[in-house]
Formats: sequence, structure tokens, C-alpha cells
Amino acid sequence: MPQPRRLVEGNEAVAEGAIAAGARFFAGYPITPSTEIAEVLSRRLPQVGGHFIQMEDEIASIGAVIGASLAGAKALTATSGPGFSLMQESIGYASMAQVPCVIVDVMRGGPSTGLPTDPSQGDVMQARWGTHGEHSIIALVPSTVAECFDLTVEAFNLAESYRTPVILLSDATVGHMREAVALPTADEIRVAARGEPAVPPEDYDEVVSTVDNIMPRPALGSRYSVHVTGLVYDRSRGGVPATGAPSVAEGLGRYLREKIYHHRDAICRVEELEMEDAEVAIFAYGSVARSAKAAMKWARRQGAKVGLVRPITLWPFPTEAVEHMAEQVRTIIVPEMNLKQMSWEVQAAVAGRAKVVDHGRIDGKLIRPEEIQELIRTEFYYHRFKETS
Amino acid sequence: MALVDEELLERAPDDRRLPRVTPHRTGEIVRHLRSPKTLWCPGCSNGIVTRALVDAVLALELDPDRTCVVAGIGCAGRITAYLNWSTVHTAHGRALAVATGAKAADPGLHVIVIMGDGDCVAIGGNHLIHAARRNIDVTALVFNNSIYGMTGGQMSPTTFEGDRSTTTVYGNVEQAFDICELARAAGATYVARGTPYSYNRLAQLIAGGINHKGFSFVEAMVSCPTYYGRQNGIPKASDMMKRQHERSVPVEKFDLQGPRLHDRYPVGVLHHAEREEYTTAYAGVVARAQERSGG
Repeated sequence: MPQPRRLVEGNEAVAEGAIAAGARFFAGYPITPSTEIAEVLSRRLPQVGGHFIQMEDEIASIGAVIGASLAGAKALTATSGPGFSLMQESIGYASMAQVPCVIVDVMRGGPSTGLPTDPSQGDVMQARWGTHGEHSIIALVPSTVAECFDLTVEAFNLAESYRTPVILLSDATVGHMREAVALPTADEIRVAARGEPAVPPEDYDEVVSTVDNIMPRPALGSRYSVHVTGLVYDRSRGGVPATGAPSVAEGLGRYLREKIYHHRDAICRVEELEMEDAEVAIFAYGSVARSAKAAMKWARRQGAKVGLVRPITLWPFPTEAVEHMAEQVRTIIVPEMNLKQMSWEVQAAVAGRAKVVDHGRIDGKLIRPEEIQELIRTEFYYHRFKETS
Repeated sequence: MALVDEELLERAPDDRRLPRVTPHRTGEIVRHLRSPKTLWCPGCSNGIVTRALVDAVLALELDPDRTCVVAGIGCAGRITAYLNWSTVHTAHGRALAVATGAKAADPGLHVIVIMGDGDCVAIGGNHLIHAARRNIDVTALVFNNSIYGMTGGQMSPTTFEGDRSTTTVYGNVEQAFDICELARAAGATYVARGTPYSYNRLAQLIAGGINHKGFSFVEAMVSCPTYYGRQNGIPKASDMMKRQHERSVPVEKFDLQGPRLHDRYPVGVLHHAEREEYTTAYAGVVARAQERSGG
């Protein structure tokens, strides 16, 4: 039976999405504007036999999440900017040691304590490069309450499939917004199971995952003897440290990158609206995409051919979709609640084939549709002026 | 001459209040190692504590499949690459946080946490006091060599006042932590200290910790002749071990009001209390939540 439509807050939808995805462990530390996720899960997890723990800080929270995941539980934490900064150390560990887990970052104004209750998109580059060293990462950006649920489920599925930390980049607007939604029931969603390696324990050390066959790691306390480390390790020798072997380090580093980049087509999701005949595109994500959509509709009513390209997957960056857009439109407008962080990435993919107009805001206020409308108006006015002069 | 005098080990006295640990033959111990070779320096006593840990686990007949060792970064943390059980080599200082998650997710796991002194009470100090406060059923075994060995001999929070290191060449002016006192004050329900010199006693103290239901803390005073000894005028490993033995006083005979740590420190079970363990208490939370939600 479908669930009834009701008013649900974005953060609550993340918590319910986690339960639906099979998450049975949460460790976190209170921080605005993510706290509701912890509060909801502190009530919900024990109901389903799971475990909620409030740790001493965010460093411990991500540590406990990694420990729980290694013990076989699907695990998540939720935080905001200052806590996300503290978690970077162990996000790198999870990336290196290939520990599936989900980190929800409900973005607020920064740097530092910044604007605790106001939205921002200032962490998009930190999500990509926040931890030190060469690594790959997956980050998803919801822009509706329904998507908070769906993308949390998706985040767990990706984490399990690619044995990697996955970041859900929400923000104070999306997290605290309430929308009427009917949350999906268990039979309406796909959930990836952890599974066990398809080899007996005695052969486990000998079998090496490939980008096309990523083997799950057996849980601590199973019949398999596993060694997990943040040092460079030899994948063909049970993961023993191999810091003196340059070729092993190179091979591991490239594997960790390729196991995600090789599957970019499957991972990257982009929503395109009114792009069939668009001359101008808006590239917007998260809460700003809501304003962008309103501005696009306004432009269409004026007869201006404007479309919207909304990345749902921010990392790996949907380069192909942006290249395709660059071939088609003359101008791409990139509004975001930071100063050019994704705009640079768009420009790199566009490579001069179209004009990129950025619009940044860092005052803790959501970018309004009128601001984007003004950019569209200016663009079309300028274009007509160029054509007639 | 054999590396280990097996007969001497078997004759060593034991403490009747603790689980009995009969030392195993080297051949038996090695079966629990991925590699008998380590990167620990000649004269380092980490290997003795590792052997004591294996002896303790074997004596308690723990299921090796259900035993996992979680460690941090530093010389001690390297134990994860040597033991043949499930092992997790975490980031520096984070072993107890990771262990907490693993134990909470699977309360049936035997979780043993290995830390060095820097790992445990410098970068990981916050995790130590909170793990102790929660009384979560993991055993923390600290290899305290009073120095940062892996990075080449810098002062640690357990370097004694006046001692030298590469970052305290004029003498350390900071007071050393008594980490057993810290663990006890934070709520650990089993606290013990031992030395490699008294091998059997050390293995028993570790076994007592593993057997204890709650947060157990065992400090093994280990020696680092390479960095601590050389910089402080006792470069011989055997001299360092002897000095540790001379300074250690059985807790029954220790004057708690007298001078602490540097010259004399108590060894044995320093604290033992019964208090509800964290994962047991949380099972109650699950029961109450399910009762209320009717599920």
C-alpha cells in the first residue's frame, strides 16, 4: 500500500531514505542545520533494530561509521560545514580503504562557524578535494524533499556497488524545507545488498577486484580474515602494506580512481528541461535549481528559448552532459551560492565553445528566480543588440 | 641459544584472581601471525606484548574468526599487519572511534584496540575518555614507550619530566600523563598496568581485560632503546627492561600518596568495577523503542 502524502522536511526524508536503504547505523554530532537527521534516526533506528550513537565529535562520528560499515552494517553520518571539515581525514581513509558509507553534508554559510542557519553551496569543491591526496569521490545534490529520500537510497547503493564513501550535498534550504510527498514504500525502491565475496575464505587474499568486478569486503567477524589499512596496500596479497613498491602505489591509486570514473555513465545523473531547442541554458544544482527552474519557465513564457541542465550527480562531474550543452547553446548561466566553484568546472568542460555567465551569492540568502531572470534578460538583450548592430 | 626460554615462561608465577594463562610454544604463537618478521627495532619490547596478547587470546579460547584488532598509527599500530585475525589499521588516534562503531554494530565481536601513547592520549585522547565513559566492551591495550618512535623520537604526553627527546633536547618541561589514572577517572571499569619483564603477569592482565564486560584498559610499559634509551643514557634494551621492572611496584604494596610515575608506578589490576556495559544498555533502548512502536 502506498504511503499517504504528508508534509515532510528534507532532513527527515534523508533519515527515512537511509532506513529504507537498509542503513542500520548512524553516528553523529549535533550541528545546525543537519541535526534533525540525527534526531529522527535516534528514534527510528532502534525501532528497526539498528543503532544510533551520538559521538564526542565529528572525527569520532565518521570513525564509528567506518567501524560499523566494516562490521557489516550500512552506516551514515550527517553534518554541516565545520563538521564536514573535521571528517575529511577519515573520508580519505574510507576512500583509500574502500569502506562503503554515506556522509550527509547539509551545507551552511562558511568558512568557519559562518552562517549556521543559512544555506550555502560553499562545500562543493571540499566534497571533491577536501581530503588530502589523489582520490575519487561520488557526491549527489538533492533539490527537493522527495529527492532527499531518493538520493539517500541512491547514495547507499552507489557506496555498496563501488565500495566508496558517497557524499550527499544537501543545504539549509533543502534540509529545512517541507513539501507534501508520499515517501516510497519498500517495494518501490531498489536496494543494493552488501553480499559476500564469491570465493571461500582460504582463497580470499588471492582474488583481486577489477573495475568491472568490484568484490564486496567480508565483514569483520565473518569467516574471512581481513586486513584494512590506510597505508598503500597490495591488492593481490590480502591488502598488506606495500609502501616500498612504487608500482603497487601507482596501481592502487589508479584503480581507486578508475573504479569510479570507468562507471561514470552509470553514476552520473543529469536532469535536462526544455533543452530540445534551447539557445541559453541554466546550469544549476541543489536548492538554486528550484529558482533556476522558475526563471526558465518565466523565460519560456516570454518566448525566450531557455533550458535547464541540473546535475543530480555533482561528482564525478557530468562532463559529457556539459560538453553536449556547450555544442548546442550560445550561453550557459551558472548561478550558485558560492563564488564560481562549479562555474570553473563548467568552463573547463565548455572549453570556449559557449559563453559562461556566472552568478554567485555568499550572503546566506537563496538565489531568487528574479536574479536569474535578470541575467536571462541581459543575455537576450545583448544578443539582439549584437545581431542588429 | 633459543630466542625464547620456553621453560622459564612456563614456570613463571601467575595471579590467581585473573584468568590463567599458560604460555604457548612459539610454534603455536606463530600460527596466529601473518608474518613473524616485523619492522620493530632490535630491542623493542612491542613483540613481547604482542606475544602476551596472543597467549591471552588463546588462553581465553576466543574464536579467532570473531576476534578483531583495531589499531591506530605509530609503531604499535603496525601490529595489525602481523596478527592473522581480522585487523583494522585506522587513522592516527582514531582506533577507539572505529572500534566503537564495530562493537556497536556487532556486539558479539571481541574487539581489541591497540594504541601507542601518542595515539591514545595525544591525538586520540578525546576518544579514550569517551570510550571509557560509555563503558563499551572493548579492550584497549596501550603500548606505552613514552616517545614517538615511528617519527624518530619526539616527546609524547607520557615522556617523563626532564627526559630528552628530539623535540625536548633541553629536557621535557611538561608533566607526563598517568594514563591509567586518566582512564579510571573517565569511567573505565577495568584498569591494569604491566611490564614485558613480568611476561606472565602481563598476559594475565590482558586476559583479565578481555574477559571483563565493559571498557577495559591495559597499559603495557614498553621500551624503545632506539629513540628513548639512546637519548636518555640507557641505550641497552635489557637495561631499559630492568629499569622498568625496578620502577614497577605491585599495586598492593604501592603507596598511593607517594611519588608517582617517574620513579615508581603501580602495576597489576589498578581498578575494577561493575557497571552496565554500553551495548547491553543499548539493547534495552532497542527493546523500549520496539515496544513503543508496537513492532
